Order: sequence, then structure tokens, then C-alpha cells
Amino acid sequence: MAAGPFNATMILAILPQIGLLALGVLVSILDLLWKENQKRNLGWLTASGLALIMVLAGVFTAPAAQPVLVFGGMLRHDWLSFVFQMIFLFGAALTALFAMDSEPLSRKGEAYMLLVAATLGMTLMASAADLIMLFLAIEMTSIPLYILAGFIVGDNKSTESGFKYLLFGATTSAVMLYGFSLLYGFAGTTQIYQLAGILQQGQFSTFTLIAVLMLVLVGFSFKVSAVPFHFWAPDVYEGSPTPIAGFLSTASKAAGFAVLMRFLLVVFPMTEHYWIPLLAVISTATMIVGNTLALAQKNVKRLLAYSSIAQAGYMLIGVASVSPLGITASVFYLTAYLVTNLAAFGVVTIVGRSTGSDELSAYAGLSRRAPGLAMVFLVALLSLGGIPPFGGFVGKILVFAAAINSNLIWLAVLGILNSIIALYYYLMVLKVVYLYRSEDENRPLAIPRSWAIAMGLCVVGILLLGTVFGPWYQWSVTAASSLF
Amino acid sequence: MQFPILSVIVFTPLLAGLLIVLMPPARKTEVKVIALAAASVSLLLAIWTYFSYNVSAGGYQFVERLPWLPQLGISYAMGVDGISMPLVLLAGVVVFCGALISWGIDDRPREFYAFLMFLATSVFGVFVSLDLFQLFFFFEIAVFPKYLMIVVWGYPKTREYGAMKLTLYLFIGSVVALIGALAMYFASGLHTFDLIALEKANFSASFQYIWFPVVFFGFAILGGIFPFHSWAPDGHVAAPTAVSMLLAGVEMKVGAFAALRVAIMLLPQGARDWAWLILILATVNVIYGAFIAMIQTDFKYVIGFSSVSHMGLVLLGFATLSAEGLTGAGMQMFSHGIMTALFFAVVGMAYDRTHTRDISKLGGLIKKMPWAGVGFIIGGLVSMGMPGFSGFTAEFPIFMGIWRSTPPIFAIIAVVGVVITAAYILRVVSKVFFGELSPEFEQGVGDVTVLDKVAIGLLSVLMIALGVLPSLMVPMVQSGVEHVLRLLGGA
Amino acid sequence: MEFLFSHLLTLILFLPTLFALVLLVLPPKEVKLIRWTALIASLIPLGLSLLLWFRFNPALTGFQFQEQITWYDAIHSMYHLGIDGISLTMVILTTLLTPLAILASFNIQDRVKAYMILFLLLETGMLGVFVTLDLLLFFVFWEVGLIPMYFLINQWGGANRGYASLKFILYTMAGSLGLLLAIQMIGVLAGTYDMQVLFKVWPGIQQGMLFGLPVGTVKAVAFWAFVIAFAIKVPVWPFHTWLPDAHTEAPTAGSMLLAGVLLKLGGYGFLRLVLPLFPLESKMFAGTLALLATLAIILGALGAYGQNDFKRLVAYSSINHMGFVVLAIAAAAWAAGTDNAVIAMNGAVLQMFNHGLSAAGMFFLVGVIYDRTHTRDLNAYGGLFALTPIYGGILLFTAMASLGLPGLNGFVSEFLVVRGAWPVFTLATALSMIGLFFTGAYVLKALKKVLHGPLNERWVGHLPEIKPREMAVIAPLMVLILSIGIWPSWILTVINHAVSMWF
Repeated sequence: MAAGPFNATMILAILPQIGLLALGVLVSILDLLWKENQKRNLGWLTASGLALIMVLAGVFTAPAAQPVLVFGGMLRHDWLSFVFQMIFLFGAALTALFAMDSEPLSRKGEAYMLLVAATLGMTLMASAADLIMLFLAIEMTSIPLYILAGFIVGDNKSTESGFKYLLFGATTSAVMLYGFSLLYGFAGTTQIYQLAGILQQGQFSTFTLIAVLMLVLVGFSFKVSAVPFHFWAPDVYEGSPTPIAGFLSTASKAAGFAVLMRFLLVVFPMTEHYWIPLLAVISTATMIVGNTLALAQKNVKRLLAYSSIAQAGYMLIGVASVSPLGITASVFYLTAYLVTNLAAFGVVTIVGRSTGSDELSAYAGLSRRAPGLAMVFLVALLSLGGIPPFGGFVGKILVFAAAINSNLIWLAVLGILNSIIALYYYLMVLKVVYLYRSEDENRPLAIPRSWAIAMGLCVVGILLLGTVFGPWYQWSVTAASSLF
Repeated sequence: MQFPILSVIVFTPLLAGLLIVLMPPARKTEVKVIALAAASVSLLLAIWTYFSYNVSAGGYQFVERLPWLPQLGISYAMGVDGISMPLVLLAGVVVFCGALISWGIDDRPREFYAFLMFLATSVFGVFVSLDLFQLFFFFEIAVFPKYLMIVVWGYPKTREYGAMKLTLYLFIGSVVALIGALAMYFASGLHTFDLIALEKANFSASFQYIWFPVVFFGFAILGGIFPFHSWAPDGHVAAPTAVSMLLAGVEMKVGAFAALRVAIMLLPQGARDWAWLILILATVNVIYGAFIAMIQTDFKYVIGFSSVSHMGLVLLGFATLSAEGLTGAGMQMFSHGIMTALFFAVVGMAYDRTHTRDISKLGGLIKKMPWAGVGFIIGGLVSMGMPGFSGFTAEFPIFMGIWRSTPPIFAIIAVVGVVITAAYILRVVSKVFFGELSPEFEQGVGDVTVLDKVAIGLLSVLMIALGVLPSLMVPMVQSGVEHVLRLLGGA
Repeated sequence: MEFLFSHLLTLILFLPTLFALVLLVLPPKEVKLIRWTALIASLIPLGLSLLLWFRFNPALTGFQFQEQITWYDAIHSMYHLGIDGISLTMVILTTLLTPLAILASFNIQDRVKAYMILFLLLETGMLGVFVTLDLLLFFVFWEVGLIPMYFLINQWGGANRGYASLKFILYTMAGSLGLLLAIQMIGVLAGTYDMQVLFKVWPGIQQGMLFGLPVGTVKAVAFWAFVIAFAIKVPVWPFHTWLPDAHTEAPTAGSMLLAGVLLKLGGYGFLRLVLPLFPLESKMFAGTLALLATLAIILGALGAYGQNDFKRLVAYSSINHMGFVVLAIAAAAWAAGTDNAVIAMNGAVLQMFNHGLSAAGMFFLVGVIYDRTHTRDLNAYGGLFALTPIYGGILLFTAMASLGLPGLNGFVSEFLVVRGAWPVFTLATALSMIGLFFTGAYVLKALKKVLHGPLNERWVGHLPEIKPREMAVIAPLMVLILSIGIWPSWILTVINHAVSMWF
């Protein structure tokens, strides 16, 4: 499996990345050429470009049964990376659609460019097989996102958001980098797939390895916003433009998970007995903190932020199960979560644009103002809550099943208790949407076509994942299998 | 492959619901017509299925089976046996009547009827599921229609509290049961969620001992078992009429049915080990529910607590693990479903016209709404277990089962519940329907509508028919019970 | 015709229900039509039961006119009908009193349709108890009869009807609970509810343990469960307190059937179920029963004497008269197999029939006067004989029957009871004779207060004579009262055969 000479496989393996690069360049150029009133179409362009890349990648770069390392072991072209790349591309495409009519982003070519750049970083994260590549990919993802988070010029909250994200991100990256350097120091290689073997043969005390692992985990935990590195999330989400918050909470988180799974399972299989409990504890803490704090929120964006912290906790259950079923469950959960959370943030975007507020009270009478939108919100929140026939239900069942299968019954029980708390606040939001009245309830909400398409896609995705889940499950299985 | 009649029953309401969602909100009447049409289709097909079910052959019939997620052994499997068939009919009847009596809904009928249809799909789906995953799938679909219908169209004073309490209780129950179900899935080693296959799984005695209570009580919460019953009265009272009917009439049966199908049938040894606890709790249900019902001042709460009491009898029937007890429980599920649907329908009609549910303020309503009054009285007689009505033909075998397999003291205690039931029913009947008509209701309180009368008539006729001719249903239930007994005897 | 004869009992039993359904669809405003339909509906069963009477062969042992089809297979309960001489007597009494009660209710104006429907349903309920041979079905009809009566009292009763009706139904239901439990237990142990089988099997179970208790104890408990249920219905002191309230508050026709038939259900229960199913226990507890019966006779009479309400007085008299039935049953239980027992049983059955006639008549006559005066206070009447001589004569006649005047029916049956019970429970019977003395006292007191004494002037001109319709109600009763008094053997033949067969 050593890196071979340059060949067509290598090109195919990075086809999505090439496509993204081309798209980014195209967007930048057109941003200069197009007039102000045409720039909204950049959103269409970005979205359709991303969709095209998805199609092309789907047709040409579907990996072979045997994973291959390309570019001197820098990237690993396997099903895990492929499935995650698809997830990122889909998430980014939807985000582009949402951005089109979102005031701070819509006519800014650089926003789309940054979005594409971040996506490029994520695709590299998913397939990185080398510490250096990995670090570069992470930074490549993070830096555009720092900017996007602070994109609303002149808005203190947005600026604070971007800055906070930057500070947190930089700090945790530094700690992670320290961990990487120690690994390199121990093993003398940066190739992830060689690290494991060397570390196993080496005379390293378990304590040392765990210490290194924890350093690395800091960086990953930040990415997936797991406790105790979750503090940034609510503030950043609240301050960022809403579509970006959606992107942060989904694609970016998924990228973190892709790295986390690969790293833990490939580099540290020998210390499983130590990090499984650790991960389980982090998962528990993440769920509990996310859910209990979400209970108290009056701002829907913050509420969704805490909820997405908690969701990371559920996905960590799957990872902590360390079994093909567990990874499958996490991947499936991520897919369902991606469409679901994007839909939720989409609704928040629309309501925020019309009412100028993200407070819960702004949602009063929503079901009278925009019954369809209310229905989308209902579908999204219930899917987050794990109610059938929506994708979240299947995801949750799989995750809990994985935990039980790995004899982590206590973790499944805690997860279930948490999903009860979560259902409580999701229902509280729905109550406001459906029950409470407002003075504006007779004024319909304007929903641009781009958003309608995006949300339609999300809802279809949620329903498909919740009912005809066979194909998606199979992909998750394949993705998981490339780690074992 | 034969005509997938069960799928049609289950998904007709769902399609109607989706169609309704896509209609413009202003088309209020069309929405109702579509919903009623869908409910009628499901009801008629349920009736057809009921009478085509081959009782002498028994077992699961009208089976449909498609792979759903073969990797995990999840299949789309539907079928009915002698226990679930009456419940499908029950759901059909109650949904139909619920659609009828909700005709007066004027606030967002589109959403209301869509949710009602989703709820219908959920309950139908649970009753016909032959796959454990599918059962949970349908079981939990009910969460959001229930919550939203109560919270939006419910009784303004208590709806937010009642809806949340109900939803969370039931969600807790179902997810607790879910853990047990997953444990069964892995422990069986069969890699299937197929209920029929899992029946033969032969779980070890210690596994059954540990997991039976988890699964059983998880589902039994929805069945209203003491001490997890308090969602029932609060939820039922807060709910709008049609939802109260479905909740008490069908959803509680969903819980009891799932407890039987999953816990007792798959973990028979566990059922025998824990029968004593179910027996005690169910007896408390019967007595406690009846006592609390007696001291209520709110008309609807009386009925709410009466459901707790009556569901106790169903669970008592389960706890006997005997032929008579289980047959009676099966009958009681149907009988109570119809009866309590009628009760809530009448309570709703009375409330819509008088705008109060305070028993002390109501009186003499039978003069204004004779159909409702007579319907309530018939329901009351069923509730009291009066011979000649379905309540008697259902409860009597339960008591025989208790005599057969438990200390007689339980029969004696439970029968006291019957007396108390008589007391509170008569109290309500004499206060609300007889007694003096308050002057403020002299004007403005009109008779019930024709649609209401159809619903009352249909429900009443069913209760009398089963009381006079129990053989219309009993042999079918027996055929289902025989299978349960085989499982109980075989493990 | 073949169908008619082979399903005679079913027809008698369910024709009233069928007509009740017919009434349901009649327009509520057509009061006259409804009344006459109801009357005809109740006359047809009367005709059929007369047919029954003539086709009945007293010489045959066992039950006749049996019909049997599956009803509730899961618990082995059958729709099984059949009659012997005891039930036949009761069936005749019921089918006779129902049309009379309906005729007596022609003055009801309020919700006639519902009223008549309830009456017809009540008839089915009462008849069902008498004709069924299935223990579970017995209970079914036992309870079914309660409901119409509850609503009749509750809806068409007097001022205190709510209280009275609730007391009535709670007492009887509480009584039925023990019965229900005992029936369930028997059903579970014997595996059948067929009375004919149970009569053979159940008394034979003597040995072993049931539910961790000796069989004897269990059976004794079951025995008392039966006894209490029936004792409440009869009613036997001290379970009688529901009766004065219910009878007083019920509408006239309701009281007629309450006293005339419903009380007989209790006595019939003793005869049909308690004695055959629990011969040993009956014998063991016969003394207690006799004591209670004596107390019922004496205290019932004293209670009646103490009343100032005419209807209440008649109500207490029922306790007094039904006490003789229980006394006879106690004696028969103690002395089973002897001539004394047979004589006592003859007395018991005939006393039930007779009391049915005279009590119904008395309640009706109270109703007649109440309709005119709107009071039941004995002190408000006085000297009415002068105003309404025909009514006075009828009242006198019926009261004398109740008192036990030789030549009228009451004498015959009470004599038989006393004759049968004397050798068995001499002291109790002697005390009951003293009770008879009080019976005379209260009957005469009532007559004196109503008919004699100084004329209460306020009724002059306001008290019309008894009407033809009312005559039509009372006349058949008087004919029967007289005919049994003079020539009792036409009915005693039937009763005696049945009783000898059983005891």
C-alpha cells in the first residue's frame, strides 16, 4: 500500500479538490467581472458548482475496494474519506444556497470563495493520512471559517464571534500541534498509518501515549465542539451569519469527526482500553452540558448551538463503541444530522431575516405566518430529537444499538435520558411556533426560491434517511469498514 | 403477492395527511372531507379484514414482508393475529369517530387533521407490526402529533403542562423499552428484528429476568400502569376531544399491546418471574384510579382517571398469564377503547356547548342533548361492567383468570374497583345529565350535530353488540391468546 | 308453530326488548301510540306464558322448554333456558304484573317513550333471571334488571329520588359483588356454568384445599356471598334499609314491580341456587337465617306500624311478608328431605306469588290515592270511604289479603309456611306468629287512617272515584287473590311437584 509513482488514480483521488479549487478561482474571477446586482447569482454558481463536483466525484472517484495511499502517503483514498467528502460538498452547496439571500453574505463573492476554500480544507481533512497534511488541512478549513464567522462588518457580535473563534481555534491547534510533534518525535514519521505500528513496537509507556492522545484530542474536541472545548460554539454561532453558523455546526463538525475517527482507530488502537472510557465520559459530559444548557436558552440560535453540542455527544457514543457498527452509526448519524441541522438553521435564517430577531419570541405565530416553514422546522427539530419517520431516529437507534453491542449499556442509558431532555426543549420551540400568537401573524414570510430549494432538499433528505435508509446505511458501513 | 391490505390501512391516513398539508389553508371543508374519507377507507378495510380473518386457522394473517435494512435484519413486516386484529378495528373506529366529531374545529383545521391522520398511521402501524424496529418506528411517530395537537387545540389552562408531561412520559417509556429491545436483538444472536423469529430466541433465564421489567414497564407506561399513570389524566384532559379519544381509546392500548407483544411474548420466563409485581401494580391501578375518579370535580378528569382504572384491568389480565385473563384483557382493550372514546366524545360535546366541565355547574343536559346523554349512560354501564354490555364480557374472563392463577384476594380487591366505578359513574350521570338544568344553559345549549350522533351511535352499538354476542370477537382473541400461551408454556 | 313452541322461553324473554327497540323509533310526541304499543308488547309475553302454563307438564321432573346454544365459549357459558314449576310461577307473576304496571303508568306524561322502553327492558331482565339455567347468564339478567329500575326511580320518582335510587343501586350492586366473585370462583373450579351440572358437581366437592384454605371454609364464604346478595334483594333484616326509600320514591308502577317481582328475585335465588348448591352450608346456617327471618317479620311489622307515610307503610310490609319466605327457606334447609321441608317450600313459593299480587295491588292503590290527593301522609286522609266507596272496598279487600285473612291468598301461603316451619324452628315460628299479630295492627291502622275516622273535609269534592283504567289494573289481581284463597290447588299442584322434586 505504499505510495506509488504518479498515476491517474492520484488525479482521480483528488478530483473533488481540483474541482473545488477551480470553482474557487471561478468565483473570484466572476466576483470581479459581475455587476453588483448580478452577484447574487454567485450563490447559484457556487451551489451548482458544488453539486457538479459531487456528481463528478461520485462518478469518477468512487474508491476501489482496497484503499490506496496517494501523494507519498499524504492522502488516503478510501470510502471513509469519500463519504465524508460527499457530506461536505452537500453541506457546502446548501450553505451556498442559504447564503444567497442572507443579507451579510449574498452579494459578497469572497464569502463564496471562503466557503469553497473551507470545503476544500475539509475534504483534505477527511482523507489526510499524514500529520503534516492533517494539520494543514485543519488550518485551511479553520482560517476561512474564522473570517466567515466575523463576516458582518460593523457588527460587534459578529466581530467578537470571529475573534473568539480564532482565539479558541488557534490555541487548541497549538496544543494539537504539540501533540503531533511529540508523535513525530517518538516515531520518526508523520505518516499516520505507519505511526501505529511504530508506536506499538516502541517502548513507550502507556501513560506517555495517553498524554499525547489527550493533547491531540484537544484539537479534535474543539472541532466537534465536545466538552470541555465547547465554549466557543454558542457565542460564535450567535454572532456569525446564520448560514455560516449552520455550516459550522454541520460540515465543520463532520470534518472533525472524520479526523477523530481515523486518528483514534488508526494511531491508538493499542490504548483502546484507556481512551474508550475517556471518550465515553467526554460523550456523556457533552450530551449533558449541551442539553441542560439548551434548556435555558431564549435565543433560537444559541439553543441550536447547545443542541448541536449535545448532538456531538451522541455521535461520540458511536465512536466510543469502537466497532464497525459504532462507526457506521456515527457516520449515519452525521449524515442525518447534517441535513437536519442545515434545515433548522435555514429556518432560523429566514425568520431572522424577516423579523430581525433570533429570539424565541420571534417565532410566535410562525405556523400561521408560514405554515410550510413551520412544518420544515417541525421536521428538523423532531429529527434532531430522534423521532421517526425522520433521519435522526434511525441515527439514534443505531448509535444506542452500537453502545449496547459494545456493552456500554450505561452510556446508552445516559444517551437516552439526554434525548428525553432534548425532546423537551425541541417541543418547547415547537410550542411557540404552533401555539403562541403574534401581531404579525397575518403577514406572510417571504421565502426566496433558493431557500425553498435548499430546505426542500433537506426535508427530502431527512425523510429519506428516516424511511428508505438502506442505501445510506450501506454507505456508512462501507465508510466504517475502511477503518477496520 | 396478495393485495397489501394492511399497508393500505396504515398508509391511507398518512397519504391523506400529506395531501392535506399541501392544500391551501383556506380550504377548510375540503381538508375535513379528505381526512374523513381516508378514515372511512381505513375503517372499511379494517372491517373487511376483520371479517376475512380466518379464526380457525389463527396465527398471523395478511402478512406482508419486504426487506428494509437486511444488513441489520430489519424488515418491513406487517400482519395481524387474533389479538391485534380487534385493535386495528378499534383504531379504525376511533379514528373515524374522531374525524367526525372534530368537524367543528375552526382554528387551522388543516394542521389539525393532518396531525390526526399521522397519529392514525402511527397507531395502525404499531398494531400490525411484525418487526420490532418497525414497531418502534410507528410507536414514536405518534410523539409530535400528540404533543402539538394537545398544545395547540387543547384546553387552554392546562394544555402546555399536560402535553409536555404526556409526551415526555411516553417518550421515556418508549426509549426505555427501546434499550431492552436492542438488548434482545443482540442477545438473541439471530440478527433480526423479526418478532416471529425472536419468539423462538430462547433467551436465557437471567437475561429475561433482567430485561423483562425494562421492556414491559417501558411500554406499560403508555398503558397507564401505576405509578407511571399520572400523564394519562393530565394529558387526556388537556387534549382536544378527538385526541383524548385517540389517546385514551387507542394509544393506551398501543402501550398495553406492545407490552404484550414484545415483553410477554418474547420474554415469557421473565413474565412469569415478574407477574407478581404487575399483578400488584395493576390492582393498585384499578382501585386507585377509581377512587381518584370519584373525587374529581372536573367532568373530564373523571373519565381520565377511569381510564387508569380500566387499563389496570387489562394489565391484570396480562398478569394472570392465563387463557381467560389474556382473552379478557384482549376484549377489555377493545371494549375500553370504544367506551372511553365515547366518553371523551360526549365530554367534548358537553364542554363545547356549556364551556365548563365543572360537575357542580352542569346539570340536566340530557334534556338538551339526549343522544349524548344516552351515549354516556351506555358508556357508563360498560364502564361499570354491567352485564349486557361489552365491559362485562371483557372483565368477567379477567376475573376468572385472576381466580385461576392468583390468590383470590386480588379478585376481591379488584372487584371493589367495580363498585367504586359504579359510584362515580352514577354520580356523574346524575349530576351532569340529570339534575337541574342550570338557567344559563337553558339558552344557547343546543343538541349535538348529526355527525356527532353517527359517532355516538356507532360506538354504542359496538358496545352493546359485544355485550350481547361476545362470540363476535372472543374466538378471534382466543386464537391469538392460544399462541401467547404456547409461548408462555414453551419456554 | 313448531318454532313458537320450541323457542317459547326465548320469545317471552326477548319480545319486550324487541318492542323496546320498536318504541325507540316511534316519534316521541305520539304518546298514545307509545303507551298502547308498550301495553300490547307486554301482553304478548303474558299470552305466551299462559300458553307456557298450559303446555307445562307438572308431572315431569327436571326442566322443561329447554333451549341451549353457545353464548360465551371462552368461559364455557351457554345461553341455556329452562323452567320448572318454581320458575314458571315466577314467570307468570312477572308477565302478569308488567302489563298491569304499564297500564297503571298511563298517567305518566313526562318522557313517556323512555319510560316505556325502560319498563320493557326491565321485564326482560326480570324474566331472564327466572328462566335461565346458566349461572353466568343468571348474573347477567340479575344485573340487567337493575338498570331500568334505577332510571325509573331516578327519573320518574318522588322528591327524594336521587338519594333513593343511588341507595337502591349501590346496595344491590354491593350485594352482587360477592355473588359475582362466588360465581367466578365456582366457574373456575367447576369449569362450567351450567346449573344442572353444577347441582350435581358442586355439592360433591368436600375434600381438600382451595386457595390454601380448607374447602369447607371456601364454600362457607361462597355460601354467604350468595346469601348476602339474595338477602339484600329479598330483603332480609338487616339488609333492608334500601327498600323503604326505593319503594317510597319509585313511581307507582315502579313500586308495583319492585315489590311484586324484584323482591322475588332474591327469594328465587335462594330456592334456585343457594339450597341446591350449598345444601350442607344451608343446613349449617339455617338457624341464623331463621333468626334473621323472624327479625324481618317482627321488625318489618313494627316498622310498618310506625309509619305515617302510606307508601312507606306498605313498603315496610314487604319486609314483613318476605320474612316468611326466608323463614320457610331456612326451615326447608334445615329439614331437607322431610315433609316439613316440602310444605314449607310450597309455602315459600306461594307466598312469593301472593305477595307479588297483594303488594303490587297495595302500591297501586296507594298510587291511586296519591294521584288525587298529592299526599301520602296518613294523617292527611280520613273517612275517605264515604267519598270513594268503590276504592275503599278494593283497598279493604287487598289489605285483607295482605293481612292474611282466611279465604284470601295470603292466608294459604302463610299457613303453609308456618305449618312447615313449626316443627323445625318452633320458637322462631312462634315469634313470627306474634309478628303476624303486628301485621294485623299496621294494616288496620292504615285502613283506619285512610278510610275510617272523621272525614277530612278538604277532600270533599276533590276526590274522584277510581277510574275504569285503574279498575282494569286492580281487577285481575283481585281475581287471583280470591281464587288462590278459595282454591289454591290449581297453582299448588305446579309448585308442589317442583318442590318435591328438589327437596
